[in-house]
Amino acid sequence: MRTVFKRTPTLKDVPTHYCPGCGHGIAHRLIAETVDELGIRGRTIGIAPVGCAVLAYDYLDVDMIEVAHGRAPAVATGMKRTNPDMIVFSYQGDGDLASIGTAEIVHAVHRAEQITVIFINNAVYGMTGGQMAPTTILSQVTSTTPQGRQALGQGYPMQISEMLAVLPGAIYVERCSLSDTSQIMNAKKAVKHAFQLQLDNATGLSLVEILSPCPTYWRMTPAKAMEWIEKEMTKVFPLGKLKG
Amino acid sequence: MSERILMCGNEALAEAAIIAGLDAYFGYPITPQNEIPAYMSQRMPEEGRVFVQSESELAAINMVFGASATGKRAMTSSSSPGISLMQEGISYLAAAELPAVVANIMRGGPGLGNIAPSQSDYFQATKGGGHGDYRNIVMAPACVQEMADLTQLAFDLADQYQMTVMILADGFLGQMMEPLVLEKKCGRKLPPKDWALTGTKDRSQRIVRSLWLKEGVLEALNNKLQAKYKIIEQNEVLCEQYEVENADIVVIAYGIAARIVRSAVARARQQGINVGWIRPITLWPFPMEIVSKTAEEMPIFLVVELSCGQMVEDVKLAVAGKAPVVFYGRSGGGVPTVEEVFEQIMQLTTPAMRQTI
Repeated sequence: MRTVFKRTPTLKDVPTHYCPGCGHGIAHRLIAETVDELGIRGRTIGIAPVGCAVLAYDYLDVDMIEVAHGRAPAVATGMKRTNPDMIVFSYQGDGDLASIGTAEIVHAVHRAEQITVIFINNAVYGMTGGQMAPTTILSQVTSTTPQGRQALGQGYPMQISEMLAVLPGAIYVERCSLSDTSQIMNAKKAVKHAFQLQLDNATGLSLVEILSPCPTYWRMTPAKAMEWIEKEMTKVFPLGKLKG
Repeated sequence: MSERILMCGNEALAEAAIIAGLDAYFGYPITPQNEIPAYMSQRMPEEGRVFVQSESELAAINMVFGASATGKRAMTSSSSPGISLMQEGISYLAAAELPAVVANIMRGGPGLGNIAPSQSDYFQATKGGGHGDYRNIVMAPACVQEMADLTQLAFDLADQYQMTVMILADGFLGQMMEPLVLEKKCGRKLPPKDWALTGTKDRSQRIVRSLWLKEGVLEALNNKLQAKYKIIEQNEVLCEQYEVENADIVVIAYGIAARIVRSAVARARQQGINVGWIRPITLWPFPMEIVSKTAEEMPIFLVVELSCGQMVEDVKLAVAGKAPVVFYGRSGGGVPTVEEVFEQIMQLTTPAMRQTI
């Protein structure tokens, strides 16, 4: 029998703690496959955020560190500057990167830090119970926008990747989605390209934003959540390359 | 380099860190410690090492966190308001048991305060500052030579105990110039950094973390930290004292205040007053035993600080009611003169005063 698909070694063979239909598992796999395909497992350090993915080190078999909420790009700076031969990546959610850690990501890009950022956008705070995130779209119901997000008073969804892409320190910014197989394949390409740039010692920060489903706090079935990404989220967060 | 040179305290601290093998300095501008990042920005690249001006103190301490996690010697420096911003990171460093050196060149507070020298961050430095049950080793230099010597020692202590060591100085010590000898001290024998994130090339995965959700695990970590702190309390107290035995009055002060006290005590002794002084060099661990033992002889303790009274609480804990403890302090940039402290000492010798105490 021919093996057409198998677990990549850097992805640990363990049960997941993520909810059914969550996108984190897929995003983890894309990173693990990238690490194995590029042959960089022995020289990679990953940074886990505060949020649902805080336990990313339970799944990714590389050296990892867990850091304060939003501070991953600063921690990555400290690591990469002192270890230029290591491949350093942060894995951050939308609350982590686009709210509490806005200053750290903006300035890591601004300094053209040679790191890779995987930014998971699921439009809510997952771990704390589905509160409004900066990326929550208008009218979206969350536990802190029970009437749906209103622009006046709660603000507009923040397109932080577009904001970062205008800075010269960003060498590659692309927004992808996990809404179907072909999109997942695209996301994989983007993740691999982002890591490859760091491996090639490219002079700046590479970031891949991934629109990822949160069926639990979107109050949808996993299948509906995938549809919602494609029909609603991509209207606010259009897919494609923003830089590089 | 063993000749005597003239240097300001901030630069002496910076050069001592480089001598101690500092791999990376991260910092954000704030007065009165700006000489440190300025010096580092020149010297670190010269040595082929890392200097980064961060976007905030929050980022600076997290850059230290990252560099330290890979086994490198890393430090940051700031002054009071900036150190407040770093407390989150210092708590995480404690939990993850990562070594770090942080210099606080204190200024007047609270709030933005002013840029004059102060000692009002004693509570923050010695009692926590950030959340959770943790300690930092806190060292209080009193001259430019000590700014250098204690900084070198701080790196060894940080590595030995895998924790933050804070140099708690003030605007005077940072800015003033004094002669000093800068030379590499014989370092301690240190444990290997078998926890450092260096890549899984020849070994299994390492994780640096501070989240422990499973029942009992965090309590076990806290117990481990407390056991470590006990050992430090037993082994790492540094303290200087002068004519304390059988003294009628013992003045306790640290850092720059101790310099003023030294002169005031000398003057009082010329007047025939039986007065001595104690200068804690480590503020945590505080020299509890030394103060407690001195208290048994029942002198009057006079605590002098550039604050509204912070270290005095530790003195009272150590004295435990065995002797009277009097406080004299100036705050918000106010500095007691030798004359003022001398008068405080002399007041304690009057029968009327002794009766009220």
